[in-house]
Amino acid sequence: MALIALLAAPNFIDTLLLKFFSEQTVNYVIWPFIQVGAVVTITAGWVAYATYLERKISAFIQARLGPMRVGPWGLLQPIADGLKLLVKEDFIPENADRWVFFVAPYIAVVAAFVVMAVVPFGPDWAVITDVNIGVLFVLAVSSVGVLALILAGWSSNSKYALLGALRSSAQMVSYEVSMGLAIIGALMFGRTLSLSGIVGAQASDSIWFLLYQPVGFVIFLISGIAENNRAPFDLPEAESELVAGFHTEYSGFRWSLFFMAEYAAMVVVTAVATTLYLGGWYFPFVYRLTEAKGYHNAYVVVSLIVFLAKAGLLLYLYFWLRWTLPRFRYDQLMDLGWKWMLPAALINIVVSAIGVGTLQGLDGWHGMDTIRSVTSGLGLTPTGKVIAIAFGVANLFLTAGILSLINWRSRDFNLKKQRSKIRLVDLPKGKPAVAPVAVSEP
Amino acid sequence: MHQVEIATTQNTLLDSPQMTLNMGPQHPSTHGVLRVILKLDGETVIDLDCDIGYLHRGMEKIAENRMYNMIAPYWDRLDYIAAVSNGLVWVETVEQMMGLDVPKRAHYIRTILTELNRIASHLLWLGTHALDIGAVTILLWAFREREEILKIFERQFGARLTCHAWRIGGMPNDAYDDFESDVRQFIHNFPNRLDEYETVLNENRIWLSRTVGIGVISGEDAIAIGLSGPALRGSGVAWDIRKARPYAAYGDMDFDVPLGENGDTYDRYLVRMEEMRQSRRIIQQAIDNLPGGPVNAKVPKLIKPPVGDYYHSIEGPKGEIGCYLVSDGTQQPWRVRVRPPCFINLQALKRLSIGHLVADVVAIIGTLDIVLGEIDR
Repeated sequence: MALIALLAAPNFIDTLLLKFFSEQTVNYVIWPFIQVGAVVTITAGWVAYATYLERKISAFIQARLGPMRVGPWGLLQPIADGLKLLVKEDFIPENADRWVFFVAPYIAVVAAFVVMAVVPFGPDWAVITDVNIGVLFVLAVSSVGVLALILAGWSSNSKYALLGALRSSAQMVSYEVSMGLAIIGALMFGRTLSLSGIVGAQASDSIWFLLYQPVGFVIFLISGIAENNRAPFDLPEAESELVAGFHTEYSGFRWSLFFMAEYAAMVVVTAVATTLYLGGWYFPFVYRLTEAKGYHNAYVVVSLIVFLAKAGLLLYLYFWLRWTLPRFRYDQLMDLGWKWMLPAALINIVVSAIGVGTLQGLDGWHGMDTIRSVTSGLGLTPTGKVIAIAFGVANLFLTAGILSLINWRSRDFNLKKQRSKIRLVDLPKGKPAVAPVAVSEP
Repeated sequence: MHQVEIATTQNTLLDSPQMTLNMGPQHPSTHGVLRVILKLDGETVIDLDCDIGYLHRGMEKIAENRMYNMIAPYWDRLDYIAAVSNGLVWVETVEQMMGLDVPKRAHYIRTILTELNRIASHLLWLGTHALDIGAVTILLWAFREREEILKIFERQFGARLTCHAWRIGGMPNDAYDDFESDVRQFIHNFPNRLDEYETVLNENRIWLSRTVGIGVISGEDAIAIGLSGPALRGSGVAWDIRKARPYAAYGDMDFDVPLGENGDTYDRYLVRMEEMRQSRRIIQQAIDNLPGGPVNAKVPKLIKPPVGDYYHSIEGPKGEIGCYLVSDGTQQPWRVRVRPPCFINLQALKRLSIGHLVADVVAIIGTLDIVLGEIDR
């Protein structure tokens, strides 16, 4: 009973609010405020516990225990960390550009959090606002984060910070290109720029766009990791080279804002990837078991949990990669971005366009039936789905083939041939006559 | 041999101003207090200068005012990662100068412990080298194994890092009771763990792209600079003092010397990984054939080597650790000179780094496997 009461809460609050305010105020002012508050709080909590999760997962990978002291299993560790950072001195270096130095962390955090406004966490009331150009909004606002990094690096008046900032700006700009292009394939099937619309398209078709767009998904994920400056692309803050990159001079809460921005940006990318390729909050049977039986709020809540679970899986991938892979070098990163990701994204667009064109052309040809409707996305019949998936799988091989054709002479492609094997020599014992002789000329 | 893409260092397209970047002495990946002054064009290294001496303790001068067996603990602090090997070169130099007849059992235990120390040193190198390149997890894995070695050291010497292992003429005490079983346990587990590291790194694309063709040095150049140890063998030069001038019990041991081909960072990585396997092989043989008997030679109360000079060197984990000792027949040496492997290997840094990027400098410092305690002395 308690659960049902909880699930009925939004309706109850709604009726309560309507007693005091007009309907318009409630719908356009008060509810959005509640939603924004909830999303910001939940995201901040999610970010805090993402750090905890990361520490636990890294500990698991590295044969350690991770945080164990604060609270049971160290569960209160993020709170302790936050408190500690709050009470630290707010230090600004003497020769820093004070105002820019002051403002940069806020830009980073705001840019990362604002994107949450359009992310559909679930159906109905679980999305703050459904902008009809949601995808563009995400791309535009998340690129503002670059500005914060450049400002932070520049204003710190430190060479390490400057190098880190330059690296990060170059990196984020180049990966944004392939990220933006990778999305286009999914948009062809979604037929809308609204994120809720894209989820709706996948839900109405009972399919994930991952199946139509495997290449697009991979490109989006890799570019997303690169854009978030996460390992193995964490060059801007490569601690072994640049100490701490753009936030070398930051400490205390201002540093923690950058840290929060990084994790929030990660959450955003995983959320967008889930929305575009993994069906967002859509999961088979959920609709039939809840909404169809009249439990509307249960539907929303279960969908919300589905969404968080999917995004959490992708987040785990982030952690996994970070703690197992070495770091790229700066020029190799650029190579990967421009020579591999960008051509792959372009190939993906061409193949997807041909695929969609073929589907449309085949519809009605010799009595074939591929497209069911185009009202909500590209609704495909089972035949159409098979053709689209076949195109997706073919695209994987095609992209791999074309990429190796483009890059067959590059250093990266031939690395395994370049490396050498070591020889084992059983040298004779005793004193050698003279100085040793080089056995082979390298 | 493959082509290494080295950017032109003379004329740049944009004629950008050079930037001087000070790396260290407080920098996470200069392995201590090394200060490297880099001249950069963008991120390409044009020129490089090492500033050392932040850890100078005047070891060689101190040694002139100490009696022979008082010098040994100072010696252990040269290369603190390989204290056991450092200690060995000092006691062996004095023993050989005095013509002491060290018992066979002492030689065997010395061999086992120095090889364990080599593995520990290489594990630390592996961890920090991988950490510099960004693979954080390897560091903790390597420390897990190193911990087992340090436990053996702690039980044998009473210290984990700066263990004072030997006495002139033998050992302070015999191996502890469970020594054999502990060592056997370690060498039983170790190969699997080593395979684990190699699966993570050997075929890893990013690892390959960060190490293959980085910091290439030919065999001739390596000899000219005076490199020794794995850094030399990575360039394909077959020189191992354990083979060339066998000391301790190495004459009885059967092992191979791994040699690289290209002389790049990846080769030096493979050579060190294989050296750990060979070390394990040596330990296995030594522990199987461990003779009984005393561990100490008959040593006079006052250690006074005959007048003259003597040079002795051993194959330390990082290269040839040598000791040049001039005695005037008194209880104190007249002059002691260390032949430091890291100090000489560090000379190659400039030669290896120019034309590479800042990130590669970090990888090259890692691959040279330097310890500042020994460079600065």
